[in-house]
Amino acid sequence: MARILVGVKRVIDYAVKIRVKPDKTGVVTDGVKHSMNPFDEIAVEEAVRLKEKKIASEIIAVSCGPAQSQDVIRTALAMGVDKGIHVEVSGKEYETLQPIHVSKILAKIAQNEKCDMVILGKQAIDDDANQTAQMTAAVLDWPQAVFASKIEKGENEITVTREIDGGLETIKCKLPAVISADLRLNEPRYATLPNIMKAKKKPITKTTPKDLGVDVAPRIKIVSVEDPPVRQAGVILPDVDALVAKLKEGGHVP
Amino acid sequence: MIPIYSYSRSVAQVSSRFARFKSTLVVAEHNNESLSAITQNALSAAKKIGDDISILVAGTKCGPVVEALSKAQGVKRIIVAEDKAFEGFVAENLTPLILNTQKQYNFTHILAGATAFGKSVLPRVAAKLDVSPVTDVVGIKSEDTFIRSIYAGNAIQTLTATDPVKVLTVRGTSFEAEKLEGGSVPSEPAPAGDYNANLTTFVSQTLSKSDRPELTSAKVVISGGRGMKSGDNFKLLYALADKLNAAVGASRAAVDAGFVPNDLQVGQTGKIVAPDLYVAVGISGAIQHLAGMKDSKTIVAINKDPDAPIFQVADYGLVADLFKAVPELTEKL
Repeated sequence: MARILVGVKRVIDYAVKIRVKPDKTGVVTDGVKHSMNPFDEIAVEEAVRLKEKKIASEIIAVSCGPAQSQDVIRTALAMGVDKGIHVEVSGKEYETLQPIHVSKILAKIAQNEKCDMVILGKQAIDDDANQTAQMTAAVLDWPQAVFASKIEKGENEITVTREIDGGLETIKCKLPAVISADLRLNEPRYATLPNIMKAKKKPITKTTPKDLGVDVAPRIKIVSVEDPPVRQAGVILPDVDALVAKLKEGGHVP
Repeated sequence: MIPIYSYSRSVAQVSSRFARFKSTLVVAEHNNESLSAITQNALSAAKKIGDDISILVAGTKCGPVVEALSKAQGVKRIIVAEDKAFEGFVAENLTPLILNTQKQYNFTHILAGATAFGKSVLPRVAAKLDVSPVTDVVGIKSEDTFIRSIYAGNAIQTLTATDPVKVLTVRGTSFEAEKLEGGSVPSEPAPAGDYNANLTTFVSQTLSKSDRPELTSAKVVISGGRGMKSGDNFKLLYALADKLNAAVGASRAAVDAGFVPNDLQVGQTGKIVAPDLYVAVGISGAIQHLAGMKDSKTIVAINKDPDAPIFQVADYGLVADLFKAVPELTEKL
């Protein structure tokens, strides 16, 4: 049976309208609602389903970030994950922590924990990077099945349907492998109150990049973070004729 | 006098030599028959970095694509790798090819379009080079300073990459398409090697067939949301699209409800479009959808809810029942 590692990131909740800091160094995160990255919920759900199908024996959730990252590990535990690992990175280091660092951390843990599958979200909705799964696979020299919308496990391989630009694609990957979850892989469950209570008893071990031998020296300098250009206010038109006239005026129709 | 003169001359020499040292590899995207349009956008992004540009074409059949690209202007060479291992363009097999090519030519920049292909291959390459890639670049300020959007396009980040090799995917809609005419680029074979990593095998593809323009490069896009109520009702949009020679897109809600396939999704996690005209029909305008279309030149929204957030970004709004307004609009155009 497979041992599965899932990566979970604490991000600003997807429904929050973010604000850029006045000094243009980043976005305001203090006092803002955070939650688990939506794609990671899908990754956790898939791992839990694999366990329910007796394909997985144990699921480990990892999060890299400040102390509050433990909240998303707890959420994962409440969804059915067995144990958590918190890789503490905070302050300045967390501001420049990138997929390249996280992928090395995840690869190290996947090896330490003898995992057969790493399931991550396709992208985090804060940095929108879409890199960690691919890079983790590269560090481990494992195959990658990215943007997965369906996973079937065979003997020593998995068959994965991927969401690509023109439609869908099916590939076969040898195990061990790294998978990234796309939106349509599944519908994540809600953690029930009894499971939230039980999750409090599940273990979370704490470690640091240094313990794992991973260098998190910054690879980028953030020059600025600014608001996007604001669109000029438009007009509400009274009827379809007015719309047709505007489209003609704009040269969109002859 | 002389020292100052030689000083300034040596600065000029250093900087021109430095400029010459910038060299970019563009990884072409294609389907063994034709070139993906985004490769042309990637080429013009490459030209913003410097004029030493090479293109890598890898696949099971490269002929037609090499021929198309050979007409590009200001490109030094096309590197061709035709091998069975590249069937399905699996990242595990393309990565060692790109690494070998990099070893031979020592590029300072490796670049591809930010598509499902580019996003799956380039981060793997970057990790192998131990450099941090930059995804979905929307602007190039200098050889090492790039602009990209974060938080679903709600913030614009400018960053300086400090790694020796810059690995970038670029947003197609943010760069002009380079014309492929007038040039004559020589091609040469890629470094030989056994590129079958034996980790992943391509099995099959199911592509949505459409005679309409491709979503990401269309001049006009018409998208439907949850308000369409069923997949069947999308034929109202197809009729309008035919009148405007438009591509048809959708919101996540419409895809999740099964109205249309996922490759039509416009938004943060779907396709990013920036056409001349974007018509949003029955779409409320969630942050995640706006991320995929708010750079459109003109936005039209048709929605019966006057408070729908889509009206905040629309140039022209029509508060109306789409089932009446859309057929009427189609008829009057």
